[in-house]
Amino acid sequence: MTTETGLASQAETARHRAPTRAMSTGRAGDRIFAGAARGSGITVLAIIAAIGVFLVWKAIPALQANEAGFLTSQEWNPNANPPKFGIAQLAFGTVMSSLLAMLMATPVAVGIALFIAFYSPRRVASGLGYVVDLLAAVPSIVYGLWGLAVLAPHMEGISAGLNSALGWIPLFGGDSPGKNSIFTASVVLAIMILPIISSISREVFLQVPRAHVEASLALGATRWEMIRMSVLPYGRSGVIGASMLGLGRAMGETIAVAMVLTYVPGINLHLLEDGGATFAANIANSFAEATENGRGALIASGLVLFVITLLVNMAARAVVARRKEFT
Amino acid sequence: MAKRIEVSGLHAYYGGVHAIEDISMTIEPRSVTAFIGPSGCGKSTFLRTLNRMHEVIPGARVEGKVMLDDDDLYGPSVDPVAVRRTVGMVFQRPNPFPTMSIYDNVAAGLKLNGVRGKGKLDDVVEESLRGANLWNEVKDRLGRPGAGLSGGQQQRLCIARAIAVQPQVLLMDEPCSALDPISTLAIEDLIAKLKDQYTIVIVTHNMQQAARVSDRTAFFTIAGTGKPGKLIEIDDTSKIFTKPEQQATEDYITGRFG
Ligand SMILES: Nc1ncnc2c1ncn2[C@@H]1O[C@H](COP(=O)(O)OP(=O)(O)OP(=O)(O)O)[C@@H](O)[C@H]1O
Ligand SMILES: [Mg+2]
Repeated sequence: MTTETGLASQAETARHRAPTRAMSTGRAGDRIFAGAARGSGITVLAIIAAIGVFLVWKAIPALQANEAGFLTSQEWNPNANPPKFGIAQLAFGTVMSSLLAMLMATPVAVGIALFIAFYSPRRVASGLGYVVDLLAAVPSIVYGLWGLAVLAPHMEGISAGLNSALGWIPLFGGDSPGKNSIFTASVVLAIMILPIISSISREVFLQVPRAHVEASLALGATRWEMIRMSVLPYGRSGVIGASMLGLGRAMGETIAVAMVLTYVPGINLHLLEDGGATFAANIANSFAEATENGRGALIASGLVLFVITLLVNMAARAVVARRKEFT
Repeated sequence: MAKRIEVSGLHAYYGGVHAIEDISMTIEPRSVTAFIGPSGCGKSTFLRTLNRMHEVIPGARVEGKVMLDDDDLYGPSVDPVAVRRTVGMVFQRPNPFPTMSIYDNVAAGLKLNGVRGKGKLDDVVEESLRGANLWNEVKDRLGRPGAGLSGGQQQRLCIARAIAVQPQVLLMDEPCSALDPISTLAIEDLIAKLKDQYTIVIVTHNMQQAARVSDRTAFFTIAGTGKPGKLIEIDDTSKIFTKPEQQATEDYITGRFG
C-alpha cells in the first residue's frame, strides 16, 4: 500500500514537472498565446466585476433611503417620498410564472423529444427537430405580441373553465379569472422555453448507449417499455437539468411577460386573475420614468433576480454534471 | 422448454449491404451450437435474425424463413416483441441496466411479462441467479446496483436476466470475449449446465471454447470484403475439429486462414 502510494506520488510529481520543463523551453509563440489567453480571461472577469460593482454602487443609496423591508414588502413605490419598495410581489410573480411554465413545458418537451428520437421516421424527425429549434429563434417581442393579441383572448375562457373546475385549489381560485394573468404569462413562457428543454432532452435521449436499448429490446420490451427501462433512467438527470435551464430562462424573460401582464399592486395568490409582476417585466415597465432613487431600486431588484437565476443555473449544471459522472 | 430452430434460405441486409446469404441449418434443442468464422462473416448478424433483433437497426431487413418448432418467426402476424420473449439473448459486452439493482435487473423481464407479487419474484430471482451460478456471490447485496459487479459477474447477471423469463432458446454473442479466463470458465460451466434446459447458440472466436462447450459447430466465412457471409458447413463439433467436409473449414481451424 505504502509503496503504491509512493509510486503514485512519484508519477504525480513527474507529471507535474513535465509541463513545467516544456514551458521553460517553450517558444515565444507559446508564451504569447498563453499570455493572450490569460489576458482575455482576466479582462472578462474584470468586466463582470466592474458591472457588479457599478450595480451595487447604484443600488446602495436607494436601499438606504428605503423605508420598507426590501425583501418582505409587497409595495413598489421607489419614486415616492419617502421611497417604499420591496421585492416580495416581484419574487412571487417571477417564481410562480416560471415554475408553472416549467411544469407545463417539460412534459410536452419530453414528449416531443421522445417522439423525435424514437417514434418518428427519420425524415420527419429532422424536420420536426428543426421546427422546434426554430421556436427558439423567434424574438421574444413576437411572443409578447402573440400572447397579447392571440393567446390572451382565448385564455379568458380557459381560465374561467379552470377556475370553475379547480377553484378549490387556492392558486386556481378567485372570483374574476381574467386574461392578463400570471397564468397567461406562464403559458407564453412555457412555449418560449419549450425548445431548449426539448432539444437538450433529445440530445440526451439520442446518447443512450445502444447496449442499454438493446438490453431491454432483447428481453421483449415494447418501444414504450424500452423507453421506460433504458431511456428515461439514463436521461432523467439530463431532463431535470434541461427543465431547470428552462426555468432560469423563464425567470429572466422580460418583454413578453411585460406585455401580457397587467400590473396590479400586491401579491395575489389567485394566479388566474389579472395582475402580477415579475422582476424583469417590472424593470422594463418602470425604468424609463423612474427617478434616480427609482432606478437604484430597480437595479437592486435586478441583482436579486441575478442571484436567483444564478442559483437555478448552477443547480441545473450540477444536475447535468452528475449525469456525466454516472454514465 | 427447449425448441428446435430450422432456418431456410435466410438473407440479411443492412440497407443496401447484403450481409449474409442463403443460410439454412437446423439447430437442435437441448444442445449447444457454436458459430465460428472470421471477423465480419456475419455470425452476429445471423444470430440476431434468430430473435428478430436484426431489424431494430434502422434500414436492416431479413428475407427467408426461421421456424421455432412449428412457429414461423417471420410470419406476417408475429409480433417481434413476443419472439424476443421466447428467444433470449446475451451480448458480447455485459449490459445490465445501470440504474437498476441486481434484483431489479433479474426481475426486469418478469415485470415486462406482467409477473407481480414479491413472493413469486423473489423465487424466480433466486432461482435464476442460482441458475447463473451467481447467487452465492450476490445474495447479500441484491439491492445494490448491478453495475457495481465485476465484468464476469455482470455477464452472469445478464444470463440470469435472460433465463429468468424461461426462454426457449438462449443466444449468446461472444459472451466471454470481455472476460478473464476464470470468469470464462465460470460461464462455460454455466453453459454446460443450461443446455439441459435450453437450446443454446453461442458465437465465439475461441476454437478451444467452441470445442469445449458445443455439441455442434457451424463454420461461416466470407469470400472477400463487401461480399455476403455464408455458411460453409455445420456438423458435430468433434467432426468439425477433426475431419471437416470442407477444405475451407479445415484451413480455418488449423489456422491457415485469417
Ligand atoms: N449496424 C450495421 N450497419 C451496417 N453494416 C453492418 C452493421 N453491423 C454489421 N454490419 C456488416 O455486416 C457484416 C457482418 O457483420 P457481423 O457483425 O455480423 O460479423 P461477425 O461475424 O459477427 O464479426 P465479428 O466476429 O467481428 O463479431 C460486416 O460486413 C459488417 O460490416
Ligand atoms: Mg460479431
